[in-house]
Amino acid sequence: MEKIFKGPAIFLDRNDINTDEIIPARYLTEVTKEALRPYMLEDLKLEGFDPTGDEIKNARVVVTRENFGCGSSREHAPWVFEVNGVHTIIAQSYARIFRQNMFNGGMLAIELPEKDIDALFALQEKGSVCIDVDVDTQLIHARAGEDSSEFHFEISEFDKALVKAGGWVEFADARY
Amino acid sequence: MGKTIAEKIFAAHLRDEPFAGTKVLNLDCVLCHEITTPIAIADLEWRGKDRVFDKNKIKAVIDHVTPSKDTKTAIQAQMIRDWARRHELPDFFDVGRNGVCHALFPEKGFIRPGFTVIMGDSHTCTHGAFGAFAAGVGTTDLEVGILKGVCAFRQPATIRVNLRGNLADGVYSKDVILHVIATLGVGGATDAVLEFAGPVVDAMSMEARMTLCNMAIEAGATCGICMPDVITAEYLWPFIQDEYPNLEAAVEDFRRWHSDADAEYKQIIDFDLSDLEPQVTCDFKPDCVKPVGEMAGIKVDQVYIGTCTNGRIEDLRVAAKILDGRTVADSVRGVLSPATPKIFSQAMEEGLIQIFMQAGFCVTNPTCGACLGMSNGVLAPGEVCASTSNRNFNGRMGKGGMVHLMSPATAAATAITGVITDARTL
Repeated sequence: MEKIFKGPAIFLDRNDINTDEIIPARYLTEVTKEALRPYMLEDLKLEGFDPTGDEIKNARVVVTRENFGCGSSREHAPWVFEVNGVHTIIAQSYARIFRQNMFNGGMLAIELPEKDIDALFALQEKGSVCIDVDVDTQLIHARAGEDSSEFHFEISEFDKALVKAGGWVEFADARY
Repeated sequence: MGKTIAEKIFAAHLRDEPFAGTKVLNLDCVLCHEITTPIAIADLEWRGKDRVFDKNKIKAVIDHVTPSKDTKTAIQAQMIRDWARRHELPDFFDVGRNGVCHALFPEKGFIRPGFTVIMGDSHTCTHGAFGAFAAGVGTTDLEVGILKGVCAFRQPATIRVNLRGNLADGVYSKDVILHVIATLGVGGATDAVLEFAGPVVDAMSMEARMTLCNMAIEAGATCGICMPDVITAEYLWPFIQDEYPNLEAAVEDFRRWHSDADAEYKQIIDFDLSDLEPQVTCDFKPDCVKPVGEMAGIKVDQVYIGTCTNGRIEDLRVAAKILDGRTVADSVRGVLSPATPKIFSQAMEEGLIQIFMQAGFCVTNPTCGACLGMSNGVLAPGEVCASTSNRNFNGRMGKGGMVHLMSPATAAATAITGVITDARTL
């Protein structure tokens, strides 16, 4: 499946969102990624968040705070985003395994400093936010109503290579 | 400049550095269970690459839901079972011989000092107790591990955690690690190795060290790690006795993995644990921790003793000693899951199972089951569980349920009274 790094953003304003919240263990009995689709963020503890609402259904980019994806190593967490069309996460920081799982699947787990994350969150006041990521130039273009902002992001050469290759299996198979 | 144990293991296993800062390591052990492995197997089949890099270095177990509870879990078990058979894995553990992976694999002697270990399970950091670099990974890393025997990591920084003082009676390694996590925070050790050292670790059994390393991931660490010493060598002796003339030679050999005195650390944290109280989590994050005294009196519906954190024989002994001659409160369901068949059997021989049963505990087969709300003790909405496991996330043990993490001693005392209780007050 080709990965798309742009679209409407949803903002999850909390630190330490864990993989049990992203995809509860009771759904880990599925043996296809596709079967996970209905359960994205089902147990997320965040006031006002509706896991069945239109906002999450339409989202293609998630913007959030610190230590996103902590807890279990389950790759079902990136997969549930993947099958719902969310191939880009932008956070202040990640748990290591979740971050690696995103890049291993050819998806983006972009890290931005706190001031940029704050600026992205602030953009919501102007209306619904659309985000477009250019991996080559390492730029995030965010638009809300008439307003727009651009953010530079850092990405390791390895992570970039994984995104270009389509994931770690492709990269490793070609090299080892 | 000297090296840390993690740096020494990285240097000894380096296969490739495709980019500056990215280390691709050769793997000594690729561990597999039935929840995260089947999708890797299916993907390898789909790619026409259904192969294993070395059948002797891949170990597999069915542990999360076992015996299978429904068609879906039966299919997961079938997928890993069929795969293990067609690749003739000598170390595959099916129903009857299976136990919780992070208790079973060390017990079989598979994990050695200086090893690199991955598994599609975040609590793989447990195996760092043996002086191994052991990291939880996702299914894609697992898949590449199975196929190629390698895994990529960033060069880890190390946080040295010096544990000093004397633990008071009734205070255990679970209390220590909860306290360390509370200090570091759930993201405090991200991308770092937590190196546990000092007299408190030196005095710990391998079981206690495994409990310590097991929860390193709850501070975000890539791995927890202890220096391999005489206690490590004694634990492993049945498996390594042909490799060394005597125990002292093994201990001496293990020293090559010890961190150098002039090794560089990202951070060094000293804990004096002499005044440490038993610890209990509150809220939905493992870094929300309070002394048991501040949590005392909170009503629980279930007490769960087991898991890769605290389902080992020492844990059962501690709990049984408290439960002996007492009974579980009427309002409480007690559930014990010995972590492996060997532990179960040993607990029977020692009379511990009888004590648990007479106290009113339900004793299940070895499985991860209730810890992550998959089977054998799922909570109803609004229910509260006192648990010896490692995660208290929202919904972890069942949608709408609440989990308080604690030591086996505190859990046993809580089972008797029905409210969170300091075992030292009974």
